[in-house]
Amino acid sequence: MCAWRRESAIMPVKTEADGSPIQNRRSFLEVWAVLGSALIGSLLAVPLIRFAVFPLLHRTTELKSSPLGALSEFSSITEPVMRTIQIEQVDGWRKAISEKAVYITKDRQGQLRVLTSVCPHLGCTVPWNKERMQFVCPCHGGTYMPDGGYISGPALRGMDTLETSVEDGQLMVRFQYFRQLVSDKEVIG
Amino acid sequence: MQSSHQEQNAHATIPKTGIWKWIDHRTGIDGVLRTALYEPIPGGARFAYIFGSGLLFIFISQVITGVFLALYYVPSADHAHTTVAYITKAVTAGSFLRSLHAYGASAMVVVLLMHLSQTYIYGAYKGRRELLWLSGCALFALILGMAFTGYLLPWDQRAYFATAVGTNAASEVPLIGETIKRMMRGGTEMGTLTISRFFVAHVFLIPACIFSLLASHVFLFRKAGAAGPTDEDPYEPQQKVELFYPRQVLMDLSLTALLIVALGLLCFFVPVKLGPPANPADAQYVPRPEWYYLPIFQWLKYWHGSLSVLGIMVIPGVLVAAVIALPFLDRGAERRPWKRPIAMTSYGFVMLMLVGLALRSQYLDKHDVGVAQQLAKQKTEEDAYMSKPFEPELSSASLAAVNTKLADPVAAQGKTIFEDHSCNACHGDGGVGTAAAPALIGESAKRSTVQLQELFAHPTAKMTAGGMPAIDLPPDDLKALIAYVESLQ
Repeated sequence: MCAWRRESAIMPVKTEADGSPIQNRRSFLEVWAVLGSALIGSLLAVPLIRFAVFPLLHRTTELKSSPLGALSEFSSITEPVMRTIQIEQVDGWRKAISEKAVYITKDRQGQLRVLTSVCPHLGCTVPWNKERMQFVCPCHGGTYMPDGGYISGPALRGMDTLETSVEDGQLMVRFQYFRQLVSDKEVIG
Repeated sequence: MQSSHQEQNAHATIPKTGIWKWIDHRTGIDGVLRTALYEPIPGGARFAYIFGSGLLFIFISQVITGVFLALYYVPSADHAHTTVAYITKAVTAGSFLRSLHAYGASAMVVVLLMHLSQTYIYGAYKGRRELLWLSGCALFALILGMAFTGYLLPWDQRAYFATAVGTNAASEVPLIGETIKRMMRGGTEMGTLTISRFFVAHVFLIPACIFSLLASHVFLFRKAGAAGPTDEDPYEPQQKVELFYPRQVLMDLSLTALLIVALGLLCFFVPVKLGPPANPADAQYVPRPEWYYLPIFQWLKYWHGSLSVLGIMVIPGVLVAAVIALPFLDRGAERRPWKRPIAMTSYGFVMLMLVGLALRSQYLDKHDVGVAQQLAKQKTEEDAYMSKPFEPELSSASLAAVNTKLADPVAAQGKTIFEDHSCNACHGDGGVGTAAAPALIGESAKRSTVQLQELFAHPTAKMTAGGMPAIDLPPDDLKALIAYVESLQ
């Protein structure tokens, strides 16, 4: 660090060689001083660099998957089932925990899929309407099929499917927000 | 003679070729470096002169580690402790860098005392060096200020209470004491405004002053010239000169190397701890300052009542004034310590007092059973906190805060009703609000329970227009729903 100034100062002197024994002894010392300072300087830089690049090498922002329940619980569902999940979002030294309602349902092939309850129109929470066997948004009347497909209303696409995984027989879901008022499903953030 | 020697050397050392020549023609850097390196030292290089550049090295190290720590630190009572915990427990090399910065402060005070002692004992303040001495005194005060302001920033128990005591001491100053205290704290009590003030002082104000004073200190030093050994004339040096480079440079570098090794080992094997977050309500906490403030801490204990002005203002004031005025009071050209009995006796006396006060404070802490137990307890709490993994801070928007309030079973029942009746469709989960309807958080602060009941039964025209139905529920369910809405904060 402060040795740096000296290193560069020593350089021009180093090239001088008039052959006198004093100068040789000096050069020898200079080489050691320069090498020593350079070595120490670079050693000191190591913790600084590791400290600064920490967010590049480690996940500092993270949206954790939330458990929905045992996979077997949902194998025989005949209509969408609502579950409230806790979403933990880590952001450096802080985290936010929020709750969201999601629906576990089946697609046409009978495979489990998880829908976000956020309306793709303006973000209201869409409830399941047992009588009509449809999702009906209370805000602007958008309707969706049990698998989330679009039926009618002001939205430009059907309800959004969330990324799922299975861990130890548990159905896990990774909650995400999607852009509203567009026809393509587009992740925000 | 000196200058011809320098010039000779200079001619021999400039290689008038290549990139160096190109840069030199545009910057004159070769001349600058020559001036820096070929400083004449009367009587030759000595290990006694190494402390100044040792201080410069630690200062640069403090600036660099400080800037890096600011990558993660947030100066507010809410986040300061969490961010320091994050640095200490989560970030790679964070504990090491924080330790380097914290121990660096102590090292700075140690080397500063050595530098001051060397200057004093060698009589190096004599011979037209008054301004050099004054700038040094100001730098001393600024560095103590850095230590004081930096100490609070982690906002753990130790930092909080030590600073509470420190700022309280300021209020002992007659007439303006209370104002000084409030100015430092940003109010009557310590809080988030105090952190902001200490942070600004620690990161902007004091460093700016140190940079400019350091520049003048070095300039004035070169202007006056190195004083040389104690038998040298402080006005007109007579002894044979040796240039700063190379022997003195190597001696200075050896101190730097020693500091690096010592601090590095210390930071690696005994990293600085972080205690539990500051809890102003903790009435048991026994605050203790950092070791270099122990003499003042102990000194203040002896002065109460009518004598306090004498002990807190007059005696330290006279001492500080004497130190500042030293080159004006001690005008003789004599520099050999054994020929300056008054100066040496006062130095010895003050140093013995400082050490004695610090030891006394340690002795009292060890022998007061109550204090010793509490200090041991505080240490245990610190160790316990350090052994826990880092826990991210829950953001204020988090629902977990709401959920903890739902310990009330009635409100919990209300939450179920809220969801079953799709209130969350428009008002959002946890009442956070959506495009269709406003948030319900904080509603309890705006309306009473009765007003809420009334609104639920008879929504306003605006609410009806927005799609809010009148709520028709059994009284118990309505009560639960209102309890839930009121719990949303």
